[in-house]
Amino acid sequence: MANKATIITDPDPIFGKLTWDSIPFHDPVILTVILVVIMVGGGVFGAILYYGKLRYLWDEWLTSVDHKKIGIMYIIAAFIMLIRGFSDALLMRSQQALAVSDTTGVGYLPPEHYDQIFTAHGVIMIFFVAMPLVVGLMNLVVPLQIGARDVAFPFLNSLSFWLFVVGAMLVNASLIVGEFASTGWLAYPPLSGLEYSPWVGVDYWLWALQISGIGTLLSGINFFVTIIRMRAPGMTLMKMPIFTWTSLSANVLIILAFPILTVTITLLTLDRYVGTNFFTNDMGGNQMMYVNLIWAWGHPEVYILILPAFGIFSEVTATFSRKRLFGYTSFIWATVCIMFLSFIVWLHHFFTMGAGASVNAFFGIATMIISIPTGVKIFNWLFTMYKGRVTFDAPMWWTCSFIITFTIGGMTGVMLAIPAANFVLHNSLFLVAHFHNVIIGGALFGYFAGITYWFPKATGFKLDEKLGKWACALWTIGFFMAFMPLYVLGFMGMTRRLNYYDNPAWNDWLLVAGAGALVVMVAIGVQLYQIFASIRDRKLNMDVTGDPWNGRTLEWTTSSPPPFYNFARIPEVKDRDQLAYLKYHNLAFQQPDKYNRIHMPKSTWAGITIAVLSGIMGFAMVWHIWWLAIVSTVAMVGCFIAYNFEKEKDFYVEVDEVEAIENAYFKRMNERPATETNNAPASGATLPIQA
Amino acid sequence: MSTSHNDANNALLNDINSATQTHGGAAHGSVKEYVWGLIWSIILTAIPFGLVMSGALSSGLTIVIILLCAVAQVFVQLVFFLHMNTSSEQSWNVVSGVFIVLITLIVVLGSVWIMQHLNHNMLMGH
Amino acid sequence: MAISDMTIAPEAGYDGFAKEEHHHDYAGDTLLGFWIYIMSDCILFATLFATYAVLGTGFAGGITPKDLFDLNFVAVETALLLFSSFTFGMAMLGAQAKDESRLFKWLGVTFLLGLAFLCMEMYEFYHFSSEGAGPTTSAYWSAFYALVATHGLHVFAGMCWMIILVIHIKRDGITEENHTRLACLSLFWHFLDIIWICVFSMVYLMGVM
Repeated sequence: MANKATIITDPDPIFGKLTWDSIPFHDPVILTVILVVIMVGGGVFGAILYYGKLRYLWDEWLTSVDHKKIGIMYIIAAFIMLIRGFSDALLMRSQQALAVSDTTGVGYLPPEHYDQIFTAHGVIMIFFVAMPLVVGLMNLVVPLQIGARDVAFPFLNSLSFWLFVVGAMLVNASLIVGEFASTGWLAYPPLSGLEYSPWVGVDYWLWALQISGIGTLLSGINFFVTIIRMRAPGMTLMKMPIFTWTSLSANVLIILAFPILTVTITLLTLDRYVGTNFFTNDMGGNQMMYVNLIWAWGHPEVYILILPAFGIFSEVTATFSRKRLFGYTSFIWATVCIMFLSFIVWLHHFFTMGAGASVNAFFGIATMIISIPTGVKIFNWLFTMYKGRVTFDAPMWWTCSFIITFTIGGMTGVMLAIPAANFVLHNSLFLVAHFHNVIIGGALFGYFAGITYWFPKATGFKLDEKLGKWACALWTIGFFMAFMPLYVLGFMGMTRRLNYYDNPAWNDWLLVAGAGALVVMVAIGVQLYQIFASIRDRKLNMDVTGDPWNGRTLEWTTSSPPPFYNFARIPEVKDRDQLAYLKYHNLAFQQPDKYNRIHMPKSTWAGITIAVLSGIMGFAMVWHIWWLAIVSTVAMVGCFIAYNFEKEKDFYVEVDEVEAIENAYFKRMNERPATETNNAPASGATLPIQA
Repeated sequence: MSTSHNDANNALLNDINSATQTHGGAAHGSVKEYVWGLIWSIILTAIPFGLVMSGALSSGLTIVIILLCAVAQVFVQLVFFLHMNTSSEQSWNVVSGVFIVLITLIVVLGSVWIMQHLNHNMLMGH
Repeated sequence: MAISDMTIAPEAGYDGFAKEEHHHDYAGDTLLGFWIYIMSDCILFATLFATYAVLGTGFAGGITPKDLFDLNFVAVETALLLFSSFTFGMAMLGAQAKDESRLFKWLGVTFLLGLAFLCMEMYEFYHFSSEGAGPTTSAYWSAFYALVATHGLHVFAGMCWMIILVIHIKRDGITEENHTRLACLSLFWHFLDIIWICVFSMVYLMGVM
């Protein structure tokens, strides 16, 4: 909020623009949140110290370069940010349910606060919930699926994770000291320029996204090289599991799209810090160019979010139909087509900005074309299930919900692709309903399916099935209740980002939407309880063999959780569904005749340290504390150089240690009681593998 | 394309900066490549500079020649300095390079096309 | 189709595992990774070029490049950078021959050429600014400085990297790891010359026409 008293034109040389007024003492809601965060954070930290786990945390997790641990940390962080992003959603829904200006008044959130809430909601959900879930699952699964022992660049992997955490922390810091952007999640100028956002909100936005964006780009490069160069022998590209294929496509999109975001954010940063004229009202600036560039990134970004989810659904459908995925080759081509086409549709996000009929027509048609390969995939999944022996475990529930929900969202997308229709529907709640439809129904349900599916691999025990199905049912019902009314409201003319309204005809629909949000809240509560209950009851749901679902791909050939080196012996791949192949020929779960020394990377202080320094730099830049920005930048570079001078970045695991770990795994597997149902693999697991 | 099983020596020899993979006269042969690269680059730089500075041809034609020389010089440097070729060791580099050029063209030309229309319709610069 | 028919039995002696684990080519990973980073940097520059192209007439009635660009000056800068690419090539040949003194000599020349380029560029920026064409003057000049200075910053980073690499090599010699680092820096340095080709063509040459 731009408070005249807090805009300092002559910043203090030591503290920059930072003053005691920067902390929102006047706002009871925020103060309460701050207190809760301090108490919970302090409590957790105190518990760590009390149980003497600080050393363990540092050695085993914070400095880890193990892709499995990094993947788990990404997912945990994403869930924490989901709670914050969803709280913003509840605030918005409740505000709108209450604020019918003619009858009930203007609600409880003043406009400048409400604007920050919807901005934070979008930023958090896209950058700090969806992206880390994608990257986290890729981290956890891809090296295991390709028969590798780690990613190509383990240090960069650690750095990427911590850069993401720093970005999220900056967004959270804006709540406590200063403000966040009030511009919408993409911060269009001129609203995001100095004239209309003079205080620190947009600067927090800029640095949080810039820092975490670098992390994402590094991940993209890392996973691309991993998939291209570290596959097990025999695994040609056309023998890779589908999730690995979709991850490869998503990573290509990351490499191509994120530099555009980097530049666009930098240009806005230059406008705000140096006074350049890229997006100013005068001196030749052109704000439409910002919209153009940010969406040239933004459209590939949403495909980055959805393609891995498609991969997850393919894995889940094939496993729980006990059948090969139908049309593997067509699926790959469809994925590659989507990847390419996602670069020629970006204007559909601003049909109404005025490019005219010819330009709009081209992009409208391209957008409609991109729905075709997506439709192909739906048929791939349906035909996989057809004549398969389908069992409906929790991951399949998410998949079936996705197929229905996402199809609706896709169809409304094709409606929006028609430029003439778009002129009516742009920035209405119809649009809001569409993108939530595809992101929640498509991406989020995909990640939930993936987390449920791969949870036993990561932890050694399954999530509670019943609670998982309840969560899926509640999310689905809640989603439909919360967003179907928004389609109607869009047609009725309600626009997005309203903090109050005066059309009583909208009221009932908004109440239903609000109720739907509450149902989703219950669903999230069920998921949190599910995690707690599953940990509590883990002995009942142990995955002893490493293959709890009767799977078809390589990750299920390791123990659950896998040993830190993943594979004692690198597999030789003969078939696309390699584990199914091994099972068919009775070669699965055999202990090899000998073991070798294994070469593994060491954990390192450098990733987290460099990232923390970048966070300090970001904070210093936000508040114009120049000396601190310079010192932290120099320190970052210094740490990176120092890390590169380190001699011993890796080590060898000796044969006897490998033998001990593997012998223990096979012993546990062979001694498990065959009749005890709790330890048996999932329903249908005893059915024979179909070729 | 399966996982590379080159041993370390091969990898070093085949890396992007190795000019030849064959014989002991490698150093000599490579100097030749760099010298030719330098000579061609000088020529392809001198032509557009000369044309612009002298104003000898029409501006439309000059622009075309500038672009052609630029593209040619980029290729010269890719082949003679960066040793890009169609060998299987470099297949991913070539594929990614081609893709990048494509995306670059889409981003640059697409943005120019879009912004020209927007500027025209929205009266920017009046 | 053979590729997806899992009923085909494997050969005798197949136990699901690779018989030997070949020594993994980590240098190749690093080189591919660095190449892909260069590709992402291409997109970065593409976006800056797009911005320059779009804002290319945004003079806001102020000073234009025609008034300021000195093609002779730019020609010298271009020659410096081009020759530095050549001298880096010579340095790489020295590295391949494991000849440290040859490597350092040519790296030194490359560094000096790069330094001369940067000095000229900084002088040019200073000169333009004092003539009233700074980054805040108009959208055109903002785009000019963003594009050209980003290239300059990359050159500066490359030069710092050169110094650090020399320290690495002085400490450990031309090891496989250092050779890989040199190869990456070589990619980087040549790539910067390629970007400069686009800069002098699109910005300077077309700018005075």
